[in-house]
Amino acid sequence: MDWNFIIFSIVKIAIVVGVVQGLVAYSVLAERKISAWIQDRVGPNRTAPPFMKFIPGGQFLTRLGLFQPLADGLKFMFKEDFTPAGVKKIYFFLAPAVSVIPAMLTVAVIPFGSNIGAQKMVIADLNVGILYTFGIVSMGVYGIVLAGYAANSKYPMFGGIRSSAQMISYEISMGMSVIPVLLIVGNLNLGQIISWQSTHGWMVAYAPISFIIFMVASFAETNRTPFDLPEAETELVGGYHTEYGSMKFALFFLAEYSNMVSSSAMMVTLFFGGWTLPFWGLDHAATSLGMGIVQIFVFLAKMLFFMVVFIWVRWMFPRFRYDQLMDLGWRRFLPLALVNILITAVWLWMRS
Amino acid sequence: MAVVVNRKSLTFWEKLYLPAIVGGLKVTLKHAYNTLFKGKVVTMEYPEQKWTLPPGYRGAPYLVKDQEGNTKCVSCQLCEFVCPPKAIRITPPGDTGLKADRTNAEKMPAEFEINMLRCIFCGFCQEVCPEEAIFLQQDYSLTALSRSELIYNKEKLLSLGGEVGGIQKWKHKLEEAKAQENFPVKP
Repeated sequence: MDWNFIIFSIVKIAIVVGVVQGLVAYSVLAERKISAWIQDRVGPNRTAPPFMKFIPGGQFLTRLGLFQPLADGLKFMFKEDFTPAGVKKIYFFLAPAVSVIPAMLTVAVIPFGSNIGAQKMVIADLNVGILYTFGIVSMGVYGIVLAGYAANSKYPMFGGIRSSAQMISYEISMGMSVIPVLLIVGNLNLGQIISWQSTHGWMVAYAPISFIIFMVASFAETNRTPFDLPEAETELVGGYHTEYGSMKFALFFLAEYSNMVSSSAMMVTLFFGGWTLPFWGLDHAATSLGMGIVQIFVFLAKMLFFMVVFIWVRWMFPRFRYDQLMDLGWRRFLPLALVNILITAVWLWMRS
Repeated sequence: MAVVVNRKSLTFWEKLYLPAIVGGLKVTLKHAYNTLFKGKVVTMEYPEQKWTLPPGYRGAPYLVKDQEGNTKCVSCQLCEFVCPPKAIRITPPGDTGLKADRTNAEKMPAEFEINMLRCIFCGFCQEVCPEEAIFLQQDYSLTALSRSELIYNKEKLLSLGGEVGGIQKWKHKLEEAKAQENFPVKP
């Protein structure tokens, strides 16, 4: 056994999972704050530990709502874990786990930095990175469908069914939209895709239509507005998680936001050069420790930008009607993606 | 008969969705910018900031004193009778109790309680009071840790109510009486 590999992998997994959890907690805060700003409000600004008043700058941090995620988490933990009568118990308990696990697994193949020392900053340097991601992401729908089914109640059922149809439709466009990228790079490894982009420039310049389709499809995949039909509050009470409470509900929340994190990371990796920047010598793998760390932060910054876009779009867009959703998925994006593949293939063939 | 209204078909530019999306993003960004950097916030941070109440606002009813610090209430119990939710309870001094704490006053309530949990701030008590002794004032946020704390007694009502001057009926009666005594009677 290669102990070195195992130990470093465990360390990387611990750090990445920790960072993703933290990002999830603070993206909930960002969601609340940004929605507040967009709607001319202030947002959460009261929660603080009691000693915060006496620390200089503590007042400002409290105004920012920096301690709100802690309070939210504690609330979820201390709430009664209520199981309604009449639910299908096994599936009811299984569903949150089934939706969280794929959400967390997707992050495994994403290169979040070049390297620090001899260690590559990716948990699993798979040669089929993209295929793995699509395989795992498509499992996310089972958690939602299972939750809708297990709750034994009509609104969660509607939510689950909507979600299954929606996610399957958009998965196809999503998969199709990435094919031009693969055609151009000629490799399925995400690290290779990034290094291709570091020499040739960002992929978004080569495949803009792919990027648009991928972005919209990832909005649909993560159940975010304008595609949040599975949890449409105004129509379906709470959607698939209506019957859930306390920590089980928190897990669905976690799954949604970690999906956001991982799809932002995918967008950055596929279309915006991952951890590279075209200047300051950041466009090739790091040679020193400092540069490695800077590249991780470059990646995080790009990812946070897309997280903000996710949130921003949510507070600006009304929800699609269900037939519009299906129309957009099947009759606009699928043909567009196919034509995009064709054009890219012809273009590459002409050049060769 | 149903009238079919033909919808205007969208132009190609409108069908693209994207211009509308960019427009929406611009609007929301403008709002976020105004909130963040120009402080154009429509909400109010409540316990620290409060509304300026309009005159005539009907808040909690309190007993008032006149400009000399005398209790105006004469324990006529009209407010108790008129009170729709029966929030007011007055204990009159009775035959044995102290009628009033000063001379030339007819009568005073031994105890005057308003249950603020029952009170509906209708203002009937203020309207019916012949002595102008009770007024609906500006308080609207009454809080307590128990139900019994929200039954305000006479001392509390008087201290919260403050002073509202007015006709000072009893003072005028006293002056009239004094004037009667000194009335020059010419034989």
